[in-house]
Amino acid sequence: MIQECVEQFACQAANINFNVDGLLNGFWQLTVDGLSWGAIYALVAVGYTLVFGVLRLINFAHSEIFMLGMFGAYFCLDMILGFSPSGNAYNKGVTLTILYLGIAMLFAMLVSGTAAVGLEFIAYRPLRRRNARSLTFLITAIGMSFVLQEFVHFILPHIIKGYGGSNAQQPIILVQPKTQFTIFSASVSNVTLVVIVAALVLALLTDIAINRTKFGRGIRAVAQDSTTATLMGVSRERIIITTFLIGGLLAGAAALLYTLKVPQGIIYSGGFLLGIKAFSAAVLGGIGNLRGALLGGLLLGVMENYGQAVFGTQWRDVVAFVLLVLVLLIRPTGILGESLGKARA
Amino acid sequence: MSHKAAPESRSVTTLSQRLLAPGDGLRQWWSTLSRPMKWIFGVIGFTLLALLPLYTPGFIDTPGISFGGTMAAFVMVAIIAIGLNVVVGQAGLLDLGYVGFYAVGAYTVALITSPDSPWNKMGPTGFFSKDWAWLSCVPLAMAVTALAGLILGIPTLRLRGDYLAIVTLGFGEIIRLLADNLSDITNGSRGLNEIAYPRLGETEKLPNGVFSSGNSMGHANYGTWWFWLGLLLIVGLLLLVGNLERSRVGRAWVAIREDEDAAEVMGVNTFRFKLWAFVIGAAIGGLSGALYAGQVQYVAPTNFNIINSMLFLVAVVLGGQGNKLGVIFGAFIIVYLPNRLLGVHLLGVNLGDLKYLFFGLALVVLMIFRPQGLFPVRQQLLAYGKSARKLLGSADDSKAAA
Repeated sequence: MIQECVEQFACQAANINFNVDGLLNGFWQLTVDGLSWGAIYALVAVGYTLVFGVLRLINFAHSEIFMLGMFGAYFCLDMILGFSPSGNAYNKGVTLTILYLGIAMLFAMLVSGTAAVGLEFIAYRPLRRRNARSLTFLITAIGMSFVLQEFVHFILPHIIKGYGGSNAQQPIILVQPKTQFTIFSASVSNVTLVVIVAALVLALLTDIAINRTKFGRGIRAVAQDSTTATLMGVSRERIIITTFLIGGLLAGAAALLYTLKVPQGIIYSGGFLLGIKAFSAAVLGGIGNLRGALLGGLLLGVMENYGQAVFGTQWRDVVAFVLLVLVLLIRPTGILGESLGKARA
Repeated sequence: MSHKAAPESRSVTTLSQRLLAPGDGLRQWWSTLSRPMKWIFGVIGFTLLALLPLYTPGFIDTPGISFGGTMAAFVMVAIIAIGLNVVVGQAGLLDLGYVGFYAVGAYTVALITSPDSPWNKMGPTGFFSKDWAWLSCVPLAMAVTALAGLILGIPTLRLRGDYLAIVTLGFGEIIRLLADNLSDITNGSRGLNEIAYPRLGETEKLPNGVFSSGNSMGHANYGTWWFWLGLLLIVGLLLLVGNLERSRVGRAWVAIREDEDAAEVMGVNTFRFKLWAFVIGAAIGGLSGALYAGQVQYVAPTNFNIINSMLFLVAVVLGGQGNKLGVIFGAFIIVYLPNRLLGVHLLGVNLGDLKYLFFGLALVVLMIFRPQGLFPVRQQLLAYGKSARKLLGSADDSKAAA
């Protein structure tokens, strides 16, 4: 009977494709698209990795910070800049679009940054004062994740009409994706270009902030040994707030880039899956390691696209999770290792 | 989990902490009882609970939804909470993908007995007869789930704490995605229908017996019957888990939970005992899944969303990790409150919708003021407990006499 079952399984599981040709034919296109996804993952992953480096805490609610950023970006475009939701793209010209995007990004960053710092104040700080165990932190994070999601799901519609609720927001499409140039037979659209360039700039700025500035040195010091750092005159609490702030700002920026890529994806539950993937990216690169998070994000985005090409679209998320499990099993410290604190001064 | 913090919080008893600790007095009273008295009170308590759906007081009743059905859902979540409590509360392994085991159990029964499934073995030509299919599938479901626990546990249990949490989360999501995507076998998002259930008390009025969804009228509806069945299983599970707790395995779990390195140094084979916790927890989750599949007679991937996993965790944390009676109470809150609040409106918001918001807030508040849960477990001497207490008691007496 078992033999029979196995045979049946092999036949019936036929909708798992194994399409290597699809991967080889579309290789460069898949890579470029994967990189633009990966850029978004990378920005969110930085939030996970910095907080983990400093507090040894998986900030499970970070995905909800990202989700709030999406709503912030939408609010800015809709209410402040006056783009009403519509099925058609606005296509206002390069300079103007970039200006609008910049404003919306700043607003989203403001929302996410505030939310991240608020989260720290409300949920985590009281626990730190009580010397709670790490699992207590994780459960609190899950609780806050529920609270933020359900706030947007049920309470927000009563505060701002037309926002939140069970359905996704009506999309606001600023630019229609249009091929700008081709590279290695892969076409690069304007959206992809903006996403990758913006993410690279932000990643570079963050890297400089962490590795070259005094504040960054403080963050690395606390990550390495918080007691000694405190004795050396680093204010641990201030460092922790800064860490949450940086994570939140980048999540807000990522949220805007995401809404540019997927305008119809603004929904209360929209952060969850992306959050887990970004966390996987952080683990992939070595959690606690800034450059690891960036590398892991890009790598995950690309791998996911390859996996999708080989096994079929419906297996996209499975690829990400299997990758996460495999990385944790084979090399739990990730590709670059856990080393926010061990970087050079 | 936060047993370390417990003595501290007792010394600084603020009002908020006293409000959050309704269980302390109750538990003190319970632990003074002798074992036969515990049995007597336990039997009385369970009998009263079992009679609840038949004689429902008005203030407990759930006007929006069948009370029997609510209680049936409660026993399923209670079984899950007992299983998850073994993993999280006793062995201290945070499992965020527990819903995966629930799904495996439910899908095992569904795949074998649903006519929509290509592996259907029920019916005139099949291996299982209609009358006994569900019951024979229950141990099978538990075995398959235990195997799933073993397969997941062997590679992942070498990871610690947070990493384990995330890997199990990934596992839970992979199971759901498999159920969704392997549509040739699981019928994809449409789910599997007409799953077997126990055929008991078949009469002319109820041609499919008291456990069928046809029995939907009155107090003793099919929900109530499932509730009674689940309650029996809970009693069995409590005995099993209680004995495990007091055995060498249980002591090893406590040691691992409190300090894994120390346990390892003291010669506890931590990996083996963690695996045991995982497998036993998984099998119990599978049992609950089998119950669920039988009661609802329909499984679909959306029933096994990761958010359910979190909800189960809320039940365990709320009730008090490590306390098997506490987590049953936690399960009751989780299932009952949303059903009670169904259709109750406040400021234009349906309170039943807000369950995740409330539970999230409850988690956050609880973690700050009472991380050990409403009915926290108190560490006691697990072996020779009684004789040790007697010894201590006589020592106290002699001190008092002196």
